[in-house]
Amino acid sequence: MLAELAPANFAPSADDLLRFAPETILTVAGTLLMILDPLFAKKTPKLFGNLSILALLAAVAGTAGAYTVQGSAFSNLLVVDGFATFFRFLVLAIGILTVLASYRYLDLEKAETGEYHALILFAIVGQCLMVAANDLIMIFIGLEISSIATYILAGYLRDDKRNNEAALKYFLLGSFATAFLLYGVALIYGVTATTKLDEIRTVLNTPGNVPAFTMVSIAAALMFVGLAFKVSGAPFQVWTPDVYQGAPAPVAAFLATGPKAAAFAIFLRIFLTAFQQIASEWEPLIWISALLSMTIGNFAALTQDNLKRMLAYSSVAHAGYVLVALAARSEIGTAAAMFYLAAYALMNIGAFVVVIHLAGKGERHLRVSDLAGLGRRQPITAAMLTIFLLSLIGVPLTGGFFGKFYIFRAALESNLIWLTVLGLLNSAVAAYYYLRLLVVMYMHEPGDATNNLEPLTPGLRAALILPAIGTIILGVLPGFVLNFAQRSTIFGAR
Amino acid sequence: MNLLDLLIAIPGIGFLLTLFIPRKQEQAIRMLTLGVSLLTFVLSLGLATGYRTGQPGQQFVSDTIWIANPEIHWHVGIDGLSLWLIILSTFLTPIAILVSWRYIQDRSKEFFAFLLLLEFGLVGVFSAWDLFLFYVFWEVVLVPMYFLIGIWGHDRRIYAAVKFFLYTMAGSVLMLAAIIFLYNRAGTFDYAAILSGIEGGKIMLSHGEETLLFLAFFIAFAIKVPLFPLHTWLPDAHVEAPTAGSLMLASVMLKMGTYGLVRFCLPMFPTAARENARWIVVLAIIGIVYGALVAMVQPNMKKLVAYSSVSHLGFVVLGIFSFTQMGLDGAVYQMLNHGISTGALFILVGFMYERRHSLEIADYGGVSTAAPWLATIFLITTLASIGLPMLNNFVGEFLVLQGTAQAHFSWTVFAALGVILSACYMLWMYQRVFFGELTEKVKHHMPDFSAREWACMIPLVIMMVWMGIYTQTFLPAVTEANVKILNQTGTNAPLRVSLPAAGGHGHAR
Repeated sequence: MLAELAPANFAPSADDLLRFAPETILTVAGTLLMILDPLFAKKTPKLFGNLSILALLAAVAGTAGAYTVQGSAFSNLLVVDGFATFFRFLVLAIGILTVLASYRYLDLEKAETGEYHALILFAIVGQCLMVAANDLIMIFIGLEISSIATYILAGYLRDDKRNNEAALKYFLLGSFATAFLLYGVALIYGVTATTKLDEIRTVLNTPGNVPAFTMVSIAAALMFVGLAFKVSGAPFQVWTPDVYQGAPAPVAAFLATGPKAAAFAIFLRIFLTAFQQIASEWEPLIWISALLSMTIGNFAALTQDNLKRMLAYSSVAHAGYVLVALAARSEIGTAAAMFYLAAYALMNIGAFVVVIHLAGKGERHLRVSDLAGLGRRQPITAAMLTIFLLSLIGVPLTGGFFGKFYIFRAALESNLIWLTVLGLLNSAVAAYYYLRLLVVMYMHEPGDATNNLEPLTPGLRAALILPAIGTIILGVLPGFVLNFAQRSTIFGAR
Repeated sequence: MNLLDLLIAIPGIGFLLTLFIPRKQEQAIRMLTLGVSLLTFVLSLGLATGYRTGQPGQQFVSDTIWIANPEIHWHVGIDGLSLWLIILSTFLTPIAILVSWRYIQDRSKEFFAFLLLLEFGLVGVFSAWDLFLFYVFWEVVLVPMYFLIGIWGHDRRIYAAVKFFLYTMAGSVLMLAAIIFLYNRAGTFDYAAILSGIEGGKIMLSHGEETLLFLAFFIAFAIKVPLFPLHTWLPDAHVEAPTAGSLMLASVMLKMGTYGLVRFCLPMFPTAARENARWIVVLAIIGIVYGALVAMVQPNMKKLVAYSSVSHLGFVVLGIFSFTQMGLDGAVYQMLNHGISTGALFILVGFMYERRHSLEIADYGGVSTAAPWLATIFLITTLASIGLPMLNNFVGEFLVLQGTAQAHFSWTVFAALGVILSACYMLWMYQRVFFGELTEKVKHHMPDFSAREWACMIPLVIMMVWMGIYTQTFLPAVTEANVKILNQTGTNAPLRVSLPAAGGHGHAR
């Protein structure tokens, strides 16, 4: 099976380098931050946030540049296509919002800013690499770069007990899940003699040449376990509430969106390109996992009193919706998943930003009842949270609605009628716990937390208003993003 | 941009404008929202004067692509069915604002803004001609009403608001699934195209599929109507809502459900509608009698009016599922009547609550001595509500009973029971509240109408009389739309119906 090695030319071309531009920019910037850290940390703590926003914006430009020269790079290890570009933009946007949401938090907690931002940038490097990878080893490397940075971030306030618990839990379970993924990669390599996704696809697609079918299925199942962990799909979601609750709030916002979006990107890429041929084997897995995630997430969220835990369970439920799109195994399903992840990132970060703002120093105010009277004390903050919550419920004219709509449309088109009905009923259940927040916010009298709430700082304000605008735009004029997603689905590609 | 677009846009723009006025400027906010809603109402009269009967298809059509993929159109238009429901919405919104003028002091900016958002959604719901657009407006209406009940309501407002939201949401997600299913079959959300596809056999639905789709739509609408036994959210919502909320909820929002039944359930799924009519009619009749009986024993005026709504709306559903032209005409007319007379009742009860701070019948007595004008107007409204000839409800109830009698005489007997019961509970309440001994408390807290209150009530009373005497203003357009819908519903109707030659009321042949 081994193809003969052609005399390879390992010198990367100029195009190759351009395709790798976002990662290069962020790596350089991250390293620079580490060097500058001892020099400026005491004097100008805001500097690092500003620099990382600049770096992320430069990486956005780099991503746009890379998009002009689509194609594979570095001996086909990376592939810059519309799909990769979509997710690169998404994780970079998530990065920018996270940095904006972190200024005040780091200030309050008197945390080191240099390393924090460097770690965020490195995590994003890993995620950019993941979404553009065409090779299981590259995927693994990207995943590890991202994961290691986030393991540290989850325990960033090292004197805080909960931070330590979150980091340890995340690290142990995360490594365990990565091992599954790696096991799957090894099996696949053993059977197909390649780790490149397009080549695996070719091998599996060759008629009469499905080698060791059982082995391939087992490999797919193992990789499913690893990835389901990363996207917190049930039944591998157990770590999610504990880690989100324990991690610093801005990090939890990041964990719930960035690594998740990137993990879904490779989930889609692996299962819809490499494993498309054996789709009938893995579809039931996804089906069950989608239903479990939605149901467990929503029902568990009903009883939560801690805002971070509630958002954690809600993120499990939302992973379920995206898995529904994956179970549809179609082009519009892929586009729907992409659209949903974008809408989800905006509304979820937005909701987390309100939590960051409300929680205050030492994250004291995290109970649902702490929101009481927010509508009276800070009408703008409350109005923004209302937009995010309505979007999470899936009320029309918000991004969340169109996301759900596209997903369930794709599911119905693939004849997943029961999954659709159960999913939609689930979203009615979900309305209850989001409404509870609205009730407390607008219909209860202000309490301690809201009476002593400081005004929004510019960073937090930007981190609220930008996603709110994005949520509304996705809800009123979704065409632009959806078309981009639909043009760049990888379904059945190559 | 035609008149109909404007009617949807103006409240929407008014809503956004209101948000940008500083909250200290309470008077400016009230004036602005009142101005916007009055402007909308005046313009909406242009629909009535510009509407031409005898033309096929919808009028005031505006159709542009909103979202290219999947193709979703901003497709709005009206026919005789939506015409008067739109005008009902624009007519009642300024009244709702006036009613709340002094009662709402807390966070008035949001309150009045939400009323405009509600109007935006209501006009949109009744004019959408694209299933997706319809769903969007359907859900948009939910949000302001949720807040109106939850923030400005009475003691158990939170429970009522959440219950209201969840009930409606649970129903509408099923409808969304059905809409998407239809889209996947038809390749379009355009209602006219789907309808002609189903009629022409281009969209083939198996018997089971048709039944399931019908039920998905039906449950969403039945919750909204509300049809027994899905009505339990309604007494809570009505009792807890502020007056303007109860008014808009009872007068217009309930009609979204019955409108949906007529507009979508009958023409799209004629076979399923016929097959399921039997148990639906039974539920409607149970609703009529049950609502009336429960209303009779209510000690709370608002709850009494709320249960009377369950009873009245049972008539509407009965008329719709009689599949006769008279029944359907009566049902649509009854939607408008109920909007006017029950709306007026909620307003009057609200006025009394503002004076006496109680909704309990037992806390009143002898009000007619203290406030004779209030008592007079209340009496007119009561008589309208129980269907006295020359007042509006009589026409609607008569047509419904007549139509039902053509279909199944036994149904009429039970339904007529509801008419009698409604006279009992309404008059009994009137007697206890307005006659009897004048207590000290009532005497000192019961001034007669103010100018603002007159301004709310006079238009409503005029409409009660007008709709009771001169039905020709309203019925021809309604009849025309209904005939079309009945013909789409199939030829095996109990009686074939045809379009009357000139104006006038159609006769079953």
